[in-house]
Amino acid sequence: MKHLAGSILSTLASVRWALLAFALLLIFNMVFTPGFFDLQVRDGRLYGTPVDILNHGSKVAIVAVGMTLVIATAGVDLSVGALVAIAGAVAATLLADRGAPWYVAIASALIVATLFGLWNGALIAFLRLQPIVATLILMVAGRGVAQLITGGSITTYEDPRMTWFGNGSLFGLPVPVTLLALVALACAVATRRTPLGLFIESVGDNQPASRLAGVPDRAVRLCVYAFSGLCAGMAGIIECSYIKAADANNAGQLLELDAILAVVIGGTSLMGGRFLLVGSIVGALLMQTLTKTLYMQDVSSDIAPAPKAAVVILVCLLQSPVVRERLVRMRQSRREAP
Amino acid sequence: MKLPIDRRDIPLLATAAVLVAVYAFGALRYDNFASWAVARNLLVDNAFLGIAAVGATFVILSGGIDLSVGSVMAFTSILLAVLIEEVGLHPLAAIGIALAVGAFFGSVQGMMIRLFRLPPFLITLAGLFFMRGMAFVIHPQSVGVNHAFVATTLNHTLTLQLDLGRRGITIPVTVWILLATFLVAWFVLRHTRFGRTVYAIGDDAHAAALMGLPVARTTVRIYALSGFLSALAGVVFMLYKQSGDPAAARGLELDAIAAVVIGGTLLTGGIGSVVGTFLGVLILGLIQTLIVFQGNLSSWWTSIVAGTLVLLFLALQRALDALAGSALRTSESASP
Repeated sequence: MKHLAGSILSTLASVRWALLAFALLLIFNMVFTPGFFDLQVRDGRLYGTPVDILNHGSKVAIVAVGMTLVIATAGVDLSVGALVAIAGAVAATLLADRGAPWYVAIASALIVATLFGLWNGALIAFLRLQPIVATLILMVAGRGVAQLITGGSITTYEDPRMTWFGNGSLFGLPVPVTLLALVALACAVATRRTPLGLFIESVGDNQPASRLAGVPDRAVRLCVYAFSGLCAGMAGIIECSYIKAADANNAGQLLELDAILAVVIGGTSLMGGRFLLVGSIVGALLMQTLTKTLYMQDVSSDIAPAPKAAVVILVCLLQSPVVRERLVRMRQSRREAP
Repeated sequence: MKLPIDRRDIPLLATAAVLVAVYAFGALRYDNFASWAVARNLLVDNAFLGIAAVGATFVILSGGIDLSVGSVMAFTSILLAVLIEEVGLHPLAAIGIALAVGAFFGSVQGMMIRLFRLPPFLITLAGLFFMRGMAFVIHPQSVGVNHAFVATTLNHTLTLQLDLGRRGITIPVTVWILLATFLVAWFVLRHTRFGRTVYAIGDDAHAAALMGLPVARTTVRIYALSGFLSALAGVVFMLYKQSGDPAAARGLELDAIAAVVIGGTLLTGGIGSVVGTFLGVLILGLIQTLIVFQGNLSSWWTSIVAGTLVLLFLALQRALDALAGSALRTSESASP
């Protein structure tokens, strides 16, 4: 029990900057945004701004969970936005044009997204391309592939079981929240209860050394990129479900940036070797809350990226090794002074 | 055994071969493809991409990356349009201010990367967001530039008329800016201390610092240069479209990086040239022209073909690396 409390405390301590920013943002909203915390219950489901944030934040958080593992191996996945578009395009096209049942559409979308993730992993593990570059290829070409699938138009469909994923509710909350919980739980069990987490961290920390120590580094890399693809596929289904259509041009636009920033804000080092799933989820919710706050303050969606970027830079500067060292030195000198 | 050509030149030769092949394909397949007008439009339509790609070449040669290129360009174009049309500044003064802002923004990015040891792609990613937002803060829609100086002096008087056979063609000032940028960049990389330091940092930043090279100062300058060239691309965009647009050039940074990679510059830094980048820009432009000539293909084929080309060139680089590795090993075992 003591051990559990200790691990929770240490987790909280490592995401303290993100939590601090989160708290400041909530206090700001409490004072300046009327009706921010209003909640209503209708038809056994919660409605209100916080629920909205949870709903859309869950989509970003699912992608961020996959991204966390990729970044833990000292990589990065820039293709998630394009994969969201591809997964949505596959699902909507199967439903609308082929008349496939909803489970076939969803399974196909997830499989296609995972295969593209595997492709990224293969480029990185076997062709030894830099992760930024390998995933950049799919980021550039992926949206074209999505357009190829939909034939360049916005594909709409009418299947209530498919739209349930984005608009329905489960346990009084939007469905994406439950999906996020499932993904995060599966990921936490796989990385903390099996050696997989250790393998991922060792590959990220020192790839040649971990290979010499017998870690199957190629398989580990393939796995994390495939998993990131799968997560992007889930986000693609949620997004395609929100708008009851697949929009190959706009689906998942800039999502890779939101996801990477969520992971970084959450305290996972971009150098790899260490990761915090909880931090990434907090980071994703922070980003979504910030976005929502800006919208409610009548900041247009075009301008919103600027203040978002400023917050991200601030949190990154606070977390940078240089500032951390300074803080430690300041504390030491204060302790020595009296 | 020694190859008649240097291994380092192989990517560049491959790029040139691809360019010739793509051009020959177009010339054989479509009438009027091999005309002066097509060649002219290739330069005119890709002038801003080319200038941005020069900045990307410097950054990538030093082993970094700059994702803020497209946003800085859009920001500059709208800043210029507002300064000229709404503030009433003279276009030359506005251009001076815009270039200074671009260089300043780039140097701030460089300082954050250097002083706080944060990864370049993270800082410039935030820069991408920031500048795109700021562009919309300046003006939410595109603004047309109708100033007489821009229309007559810059876009008319400085245009060169060429008489080539039946139809003459005109080369606008934007193309001269593009060519001048490439010439200067080639000279700087090849013949100045700054240029050699860029290569040294890209090869091994630690070793460069141990050799006493000014790594910190040069890093900040590289990002300042990239910001400056992105702003210059914005100036060219404004001249080309005679307007400023805060939504312009989304994804331009990816095209610029693709051009650099297709041009044979190693993304790990240290090897490459601005000549390759020029060829890379031409290849990307030719692919777009081919798709226009084909007529029944959508524009998104451009991105698929560009992605495939990038992959092919990366695979080529990897293969050359592997070949060099084995050559090194055999020469080592052969020597006593």
